[in-house]
Amino acid sequence: MNRPVTGTRARSVRAIVVRAALLTLLALAATFALDPFRNYQLAVIAATFCATAGLTLLVGLTGQLSLGHAVLMAAGGYGYVLVAGPAGDAGLPGPARFALGLAGALAASGAVGVLLGLAGARLRGPYLAGLTLALVIALPAAATQIPGLGKDQGLSVPFEAVPGPLTGVMVVEQWHAWIAIVVAAVAVTPLVVLRSGRAGLRMRAVHGDEVAARLAGVSPARVKVGAFVASSLSAGLGGAVLAVVTQNVSPGRYSLAFSLLLVVAVVVGGLGSVGGAAAGAALVVLLPWVVETVASGLPADVAQRLSGNLAVAVFGALLVAVTVAWPGGLAAATAGPRARLAGRLPRARPRPADPSSGPSSDPSHDLRPEPRPITER
Amino acid sequence: MTAAPATAASTATAATLAVDGLTVGYAGAPVIDGLTLEVRPGQVVALLGANGAGKTTLLRTLSGLVPPRSGRVLLDGDDLAGTSVEDRARRGLAQVPEGRSVVTELTVEENLQLGALWRHPGRAGRRKAVARAYELFEPLARRRDSLGHQLSGGERQMLALARALVARPRVLLLDEPSLGLAPRVVAQLLGVLRDAARDAGLTVLLAEQNVTSALSVADRGVVLSLGAVVADAPAADLAADPALRHAYLGF
Amino acid sequence: MDRLVLLVSTGVARGLVIALFALSLVIIWRAARIVNFAQAAMAVVAVYVAFAVEAATGSYVLAVLAALVTGALLGAWVERGLMRRVSGRTPLPGMIVAIGLVMVLQSVLGILFGPKHRPMTPVFAETPLSVGGVPVLSRYDLFVLVVALVVVAGLGLLFNRSTLGLQLRASATAPEVSRLLGVRVPRMVTIGWMLSCAVAALAVLLLVPTELGLNAHSADVLFVHAFTVAVLGGLDSPVGALLGGVVVGVIVSLVTGYASAGLAPLAVLALLTVVLLVRPGGIFAPKEARTA
Repeated sequence: MNRPVTGTRARSVRAIVVRAALLTLLALAATFALDPFRNYQLAVIAATFCATAGLTLLVGLTGQLSLGHAVLMAAGGYGYVLVAGPAGDAGLPGPARFALGLAGALAASGAVGVLLGLAGARLRGPYLAGLTLALVIALPAAATQIPGLGKDQGLSVPFEAVPGPLTGVMVVEQWHAWIAIVVAAVAVTPLVVLRSGRAGLRMRAVHGDEVAARLAGVSPARVKVGAFVASSLSAGLGGAVLAVVTQNVSPGRYSLAFSLLLVVAVVVGGLGSVGGAAAGAALVVLLPWVVETVASGLPADVAQRLSGNLAVAVFGALLVAVTVAWPGGLAAATAGPRARLAGRLPRARPRPADPSSGPSSDPSHDLRPEPRPITER
Repeated sequence: MTAAPATAASTATAATLAVDGLTVGYAGAPVIDGLTLEVRPGQVVALLGANGAGKTTLLRTLSGLVPPRSGRVLLDGDDLAGTSVEDRARRGLAQVPEGRSVVTELTVEENLQLGALWRHPGRAGRRKAVARAYELFEPLARRRDSLGHQLSGGERQMLALARALVARPRVLLLDEPSLGLAPRVVAQLLGVLRDAARDAGLTVLLAEQNVTSALSVADRGVVLSLGAVVADAPAADLAADPALRHAYLGF
Repeated sequence: MDRLVLLVSTGVARGLVIALFALSLVIIWRAARIVNFAQAAMAVVAVYVAFAVEAATGSYVLAVLAALVTGALLGAWVERGLMRRVSGRTPLPGMIVAIGLVMVLQSVLGILFGPKHRPMTPVFAETPLSVGGVPVLSRYDLFVLVVALVVVAGLGLLFNRSTLGLQLRASATAPEVSRLLGVRVPRMVTIGWMLSCAVAALAVLLLVPTELGLNAHSADVLFVHAFTVAVLGGLDSPVGALLGGVVVGVIVSLVTGYASAGLAPLAVLALLTVVLLVRPGGIFAPKEARTA
């Protein structure tokens, strides 16, 4: 149990970070190919990805269903504004204001995450779900009742302009997409690292059999709280990014419906799969927009009835269908083809398809086929 | 406890329980491996063997709680494949499962009523059946309105047995009924079981770790090891023959 | 003082409806050991059908029957068609399917009927009766009270005095043992769902005349309140649901009256949090393990 395994672990962490960096650069480059509206959508997807990545680990690995992850994003958004706003008023330069705002977001969402995590550690599934449901329904009330939160209109967010050197190269939507992509990378990469190591094993152990986990020296309460905190920090960053991109934080954006969309994203993408969380985030941002575009071609009153509702109906149906027929979600469904594709690439070694890992985040995709350490201590 | 009233007429006759080439468990690691066994009507067979030999799995498979990978379970020659757990019970295949199987949130009376329900949907018939159970198991009559979790271990096992018998099964499976009970209570319990079996014409398959007690009420002993039958002999022989006992039962 | 009496009596009246809905959660818990997150949405569908029946026949009684029957049929259909196909090892897949069902039901209702609230005239007058000059409960409130008491009594008789109730209770607490005794456990679970959804439909039908009207989201808040009540009173206890409903109703009414309507959801959230964390077993429940 005391064998030094840092060598292997450090290598796989480095592999994860390298891959994350490569994907980030790829995404940044891709923004040049997109028009401003698409870049805006990409930014929203990246922000949503921050939340879904954490949620998929929470639900997929520890089995705790949170129906209120929108509240964590809201905490991040409000936390950002409440710090960045005064910072901007005090005359701080852009980057400092942004960094401080992010710190505020992390503090707020982390605090809520700790409280929810403590609740989650004590409560069984349906009770935690019910509590988070009550929380997200109470959010609009909290925003209107607590002074300083701007009530229903919310608070406006300091504008992040394109920095001097880049003004000739890109417009503001692309700049916001860059911010979103980088923040998402910073938020999600630690989650992938966590999942690939001991923390991930502990989470799975607690979900599988708590008594056995406790006998093995794992504290279920601590693991559950830790999982909640990790996912809430990531969601908080997503909320902050969303605030910057939409320039507004208001309770209407973080509704029960949005929380449910986050659940749809992680279930359809595949519980526990970070790549699936990315695919799911894209799905829940893009599909409603597709439906709106299609519906706008229809007569006005039909369009009005379909708007909002049709996308939700499709998502609900997807949720049911995926849970009943393909419990592993997109990640499991595409695991076979992805493995075959990986086998054809020059450098990768053939390895069995792992349905719990996504295409962009598989930690064991090291270049050397080393055995995955399972007895790290 | 009183002996079973000799005049208790049985409306259900004992059945033959047969197992043919039964395999249960995972592909590479079967828990029951090609087991074949027959229990003739009215026989009391003791199913013996160490922990993990497959006794509980066999009983659960017989009742339909676990699907076999291959092989058949036959009740009076009828293949039970595809018959649900509750339908097997309604065909007269009853089980007293391992552990405290009394429904703790219900009273003694309610537990018995529950057991009698499928055979006696009418209140009158059910009341008679439950009254008969109280005659056989006097201590239960005194605790009629106690909740299951208020009973002692011995009382609970007595209730579980009474409840299984109240619907006049044709085959009775028992999984370690003596577990955790004092020897005197075990003796009483098995005595009642033997009497009930004899008078009601019941086929009994009794899985037990308490070898001596089991062999004292059984006609035949079947020893399981690693999911297969390794010995099948009259109970008296098994009890008396030190070589057999030592080889298969470890003492 | 008058204001207090009025607020309390309004709270009691609203609380009885919440209690009825909470009763439906108690039923499905006692029969199947689950919390049905789609309960409110399914009840709303049943009430839309009841509206159609009342519009067509003009009879409130037929509308009530329609709500009960539709609720029961929906419960059976969802349980047999959906929930049985889902792994029951953890409650998670069942909850996710229920949420998907809510999304589908609410959005389809929105597409079919639009966002307008459809008002319903209450079958009895809603003006409060006066006792010694102080406005107390209205005739409609008394009607709701009678219905709630009848349902509680009926459920009590069913669960504790009938053989069906015996089988329902046994199937929920000891499904394997019950099956070994010949109890048709799957059928009991379906019956539990049918009863539960019928009572939920009745609760929503009684609620609608006191609110703006019927639309796809009418029962969302009711579900949260009823869930809180069920947790407060213990999911196992019909009496707990009744008392808990009145308590929650009065709390919401007092908060709305003395503070502001906006604070009510926060008050409910605070109450739920306190009960879940401090007395997880509920005030009336036996030792039901709710903690992880």
